[in-house]
Amino acid sequence: MKSISKKKTKSISYSKWGYIFLIPFFTIYIIFSLIPLISTFNNSFFENYMVGLTQIGPNFVGLDNYRAILFDSDLPKFALNTLIIWLLGFIPQIIISMTLAIWFTSARLNLKLTGFFKTVIYMPNLIMAAAFSMLFWALFSDIGPVNNLIVALGHEPISFLQSVNGNRGLIALMNFLMWFGNTTILLMAGIMGIDNSILEAAQIDGANAWKTFWHVTIPSIKPILVYVFLTSLIGGIQMFDVPQVLTNAEGGPNRTSMTMIMYLNKHLYSKNYGLAGALSVILLIITAILSFIVYRNLTERAEK
Amino acid sequence: MDLRKINRLLCYIVLILLSILCLFSFYLLIVNSTRAHSQIQKGFSFTTGSFFKINLKNVLDSEELPVVNGIINSFIVSSASSILATYFSVLTAFSIHTYEFKFKRLFFTFIMMIMMVPNQVSALGFMRWMGKLDLMDSLIPLFLPSIASPIVFYFMLAYMQSNLPKAMIEAARIDGASEFRIFNQMVLPIMKPAIAVQAIFTFVSAWNNYFIPSLIIRSTKNKTLPILIAQLRSADFLKFDMGKVYMLIFLAIIPIIIIYIILSKYIVRGVAVGSVKE
Repeated sequence: MKSISKKKTKSISYSKWGYIFLIPFFTIYIIFSLIPLISTFNNSFFENYMVGLTQIGPNFVGLDNYRAILFDSDLPKFALNTLIIWLLGFIPQIIISMTLAIWFTSARLNLKLTGFFKTVIYMPNLIMAAAFSMLFWALFSDIGPVNNLIVALGHEPISFLQSVNGNRGLIALMNFLMWFGNTTILLMAGIMGIDNSILEAAQIDGANAWKTFWHVTIPSIKPILVYVFLTSLIGGIQMFDVPQVLTNAEGGPNRTSMTMIMYLNKHLYSKNYGLAGALSVILLIITAILSFIVYRNLTERAEK
Repeated sequence: MDLRKINRLLCYIVLILLSILCLFSFYLLIVNSTRAHSQIQKGFSFTTGSFFKINLKNVLDSEELPVVNGIINSFIVSSASSILATYFSVLTAFSIHTYEFKFKRLFFTFIMMIMMVPNQVSALGFMRWMGKLDLMDSLIPLFLPSIASPIVFYFMLAYMQSNLPKAMIEAARIDGASEFRIFNQMVLPIMKPAIAVQAIFTFVSAWNNYFIPSLIIRSTKNKTLPILIAQLRSADFLKFDMGKVYMLIFLAIIPIIIIYIILSKYIVRGVAVGSVKE
């Protein structure tokens, strides 16, 4: 009896350790993330910028900064740039990753060396984006190795970095290379999780490979597809390092490769805190909506 | 039978082409980091040159770019991030996994909610607030925030749920171990595989991080490698020795590739577990 009551009092006193062990996480989160986030919100309601050496503000202006960034700035153009470049990378990425994931998991094909191929295609994901972009800039410049090769093969050199499509294409290519291995591995995990009996039943019913893929595989991995799509879109919204370094912060010809975060970065450097704040909040809201869909999608799956 | 062989051959051809696409730029990087500026200007080459050591020496001795400092700073920030992120994420996960307390569910939901918030959206406040705390141009704001890493926490929690039975903790308590001791001497060793995977991922992402450091770091001596690379990009490249340019990129990329080649088995496995688990 004695020991039981002792144990009981002890188990109550343990709960304080739950709080104690959470202290570091939440202290650091509050200092380095929450306060900055609130401060960003706060900044978005003030007029606060520099004209030459004169400081304007901070004056409370309500939603003026939001109005200015949404309707009187080039933000829509940069949002469209971001979307186009993201799609240029994402469409080939999802097609190729899906194909590879099916090949790698197919018992009928029984490919060898899949471990090696997975290792190779995942590698670009770990490369420093700034360095990767610098490398592409050096390789694809007018007098770089790629143009040397093109000339050696008897063609006219191509000015990749002076053309809209060249810039967008190279950024999309880098994004593709950095992410298709990752996507392949995620989709593989999804496909391997499909109940084998469903696939067998489809085959017994006489479904061919294409039908099985379209009517069994795709619906079964839909949650992972949604996850891949939305996390990639969230990542796309954050696109910065690659275009920043490739275009030297200028966004290529006529700013056609300027992304939303590059624009934010420009305002941060020029100390236009009001507009930067409004832009940050808009980006946060978009990301939050997309994340919420991911979260609901994943919890629905867990409940099933 | 024959059709299957053709199919398979086709698959291998596509896989080899994709592998070449992935490796080609790094191959050119290695080739060009071994060639002199004049050779690079002359044209394309598939074979390495003999200027590797000279390029390396030129980059490390470079006056306009403090590369040695950059490597040291990047290394300090990345190591500190990876140690702090893994240790404190296990601690946070341990709290949620082991103890019953009021608002536990709330804390957990909160951490899940902030998981997807990109740090770019609070960069403005971060910058201004670090100025007020007198942490501008310091390495501290580059690694200390890793203590609160929601994604690492989530991975640790998932690993803990399948590898740390609560009965073990009870047993240790009966043996008279304190909670801190249980954590440091029992939980951490059990979590070693998860810690290893996450330590690599946090190290790599801190090593590669460019956006926040470029806003915080001002002075030459505190710059990290990505900042130096961007700085090199904005310099007038016609004045630049291309051998040095390639060598700097080489120094930023190759250490990570070497770590990856050694540990790729664990990393590739970690990707699938981390992202799709439940």
